[in-house]
Amino acid sequence: MKVTANHYPQEAARVLRETPEVRDSVTGATLNFDSKRRQAYAEVEAETWRRWAEAVKNHVLTHLERYLLEAEANLQKNGVQVHWAEDADDARRIVAEIARAGRVKKVVKAKTMVSEELGINPMLEAMGIEALETDLGEYIIQLLGQPPSHIVGPAIHLNLEQIRRLFHERFQTPLEASPDQLAAVARKLLREGFLQADMGISGGNFVVAETGTLALIENEGNIRLSTSAPRIHVALVGIEKLLPRFSDLSVFLSLTARAATGQRLGTFVSLIQGPRQPGEPDGPEEVHVVFVDNGRSSVLADPEAWETLRCLRCAACLNACPVYRQTGGHAYGYVYSGPIGAILSPGLLGLSETKPLPYASSLCGACFQACPVRIPIPKLLLTWRNRAVQEGLTPRLEAAAIKGYALAMTRPWAYRLASRAVRLLPEKALDNSLVPVLKAWTEGRAGLKPSPKSFRQMWEDGEV
Amino acid sequence: MKVALFITCLADQFFAEAGVAAVRLLRHLGCTVTFPEGQTCCGQPAYNAGYWAEARQVAEHTLEVLEDAPYVVLPSGSCTTMLRAFYPELYRDQPRRFARAEALSRKTYELSEFIVKVLGVSRLGQGLSGRRIAYHHGCHALRELGIKQEPLTLLRNAGAEIVDWPAAEECCGFGGLFSVKLPEVALSMADRKLATLPQGQMDYLTSADGGCMLHLSGRIENRGLNLPVRPLASVLWEAAQR
Repeated sequence: MKVTANHYPQEAARVLRETPEVRDSVTGATLNFDSKRRQAYAEVEAETWRRWAEAVKNHVLTHLERYLLEAEANLQKNGVQVHWAEDADDARRIVAEIARAGRVKKVVKAKTMVSEELGINPMLEAMGIEALETDLGEYIIQLLGQPPSHIVGPAIHLNLEQIRRLFHERFQTPLEASPDQLAAVARKLLREGFLQADMGISGGNFVVAETGTLALIENEGNIRLSTSAPRIHVALVGIEKLLPRFSDLSVFLSLTARAATGQRLGTFVSLIQGPRQPGEPDGPEEVHVVFVDNGRSSVLADPEAWETLRCLRCAACLNACPVYRQTGGHAYGYVYSGPIGAILSPGLLGLSETKPLPYASSLCGACFQACPVRIPIPKLLLTWRNRAVQEGLTPRLEAAAIKGYALAMTRPWAYRLASRAVRLLPEKALDNSLVPVLKAWTEGRAGLKPSPKSFRQMWEDGEV
Repeated sequence: MKVALFITCLADQFFAEAGVAAVRLLRHLGCTVTFPEGQTCCGQPAYNAGYWAEARQVAEHTLEVLEDAPYVVLPSGSCTTMLRAFYPELYRDQPRRFARAEALSRKTYELSEFIVKVLGVSRLGQGLSGRRIAYHHGCHALRELGIKQEPLTLLRNAGAEIVDWPAAEECCGFGGLFSVKLPEVALSMADRKLATLPQGQMDYLTSADGGCMLHLSGRIENRGLNLPVRPLASVLWEAAQR
């Protein structure tokens, strides 16, 4: 996927200015998700679950090599073909080879963010292979030629009116069609897709090392169809998605659903144990798991950012984030948006391509409270900001101003002098548009008015 | 009880009256209040912007200034968090300074929290009887320090009604440099927060955080809305008047 994260500030402003309806759609949907998550957490001992899940993920990440090899052996024992992709090029080549060998003409896609990360759809198109997104939200944005703006609800930025208009233009549905009617139209089209496709491409929520099980969570049934109806199933799985034991699924499946949508369990949970066996009536002839690195092992080697890899891609942090809520995901300029995107993208792509993202937060901490695996997102946002400073990626004027600030604040006489000087300025001096910082403040906010006397002055004058 | 007031730079410059109210309230509750002269800013602007070397310089200065104080009280949730949670974080790799930061951390409190938890006072008076107040929870105090009930208890016990505000715990969009680095997003957050206030059902909005108040009151004034914003310390002092 093309990375435009360095334009985040301009894009965020543009979304608010030009498409204010996005804010309403995203705010409505995320508040709903977030309140359902709170209810679902309250039903269980969420703190204990979160701490346990954190510990299991930490264990997996600490012994990742061992678990990857164990998973590979058990997947192969189940008849699954295992592939290793170091980067996006590798992954695309692997998928292309599988498609070529299987004479694939049509692919159904089950919502996968890794596929977006790797640019699978453009590659398939270039090969003359039709790729049909089968998650309803993903199908809608595919029709519009847009990337997902949310990890779980890719079309979260659209409202019903916009979808009605789109379906009216494409499929001649009435402009006042109900959501059910729209879904019925899509369902009919998608069903034909499932029946015609030679290959289904999915992601993977978990791979169990102990049993070689691929676990997938969904609500629409499209993942089950995409992974069972076509002859070939390819699962693209980040190397961090492992769980040690089958029994770990009992908490992880429920915790993911609770965090993502406030459900106790996804409507469909598929536990895939390999291709069709002799005597079985259905299922794919070939199952491939492509383990994808694409920057993950460098994040794993990072003494601080490694914790990011616990992520389950539930989007609970996006739903809890008041910054994400204003713009949705497109402004972030990469497939992963919101708080997790702001710490994962610099890790996967490097800071110079994603400079503004660690600043896309007021550090309010709501993301950490929502995260099912307790990723210290605010702390990591600060860590990335500190690295930007150390790598000289911050504006020179800012660096100079902070140096001056530290000088003044470690010398009480200088602080006192500055405090006096502010009060000698003509009235409204702080309400101007010449100094960039003040301009940014006063556009949309009343000017700053210092107290007539500082507290310190009042204390020293015996007025307290 | 001897208490050192750390006024914080924002309150010093923009809410001096609230500082006076905090001192009077603490004296009224039997404390002897000192004002360590060398104090300046807590260093949070540098810390949040990623300039940790500079933040450490300011932290070092503050550690020295407050070394001898038995208790440190601040009329600000966010600056309390800086001293209490982020100073030790800044010195994770420097054991001796870390120990000093931990010592400061243990004796540092936000004003309402100090009154309830340390002084054991939950009733200041009836000075707020009949007042309808919207309370804005600063994010740092709320989520980093878990201060939530203390200010509400003091306000309610003084006769105030805390109005039901769906977004009371949502970030207002201040976020320090965030408010000027991403002004459009910050203002949009303020608007969302203000839009969820129960219109016409309150006398004023109060908060323990100066930054949030400057941001919110600046937005309120800019949009021509009619809602006074008052620092928590001033409101608590009023509570103790009757």
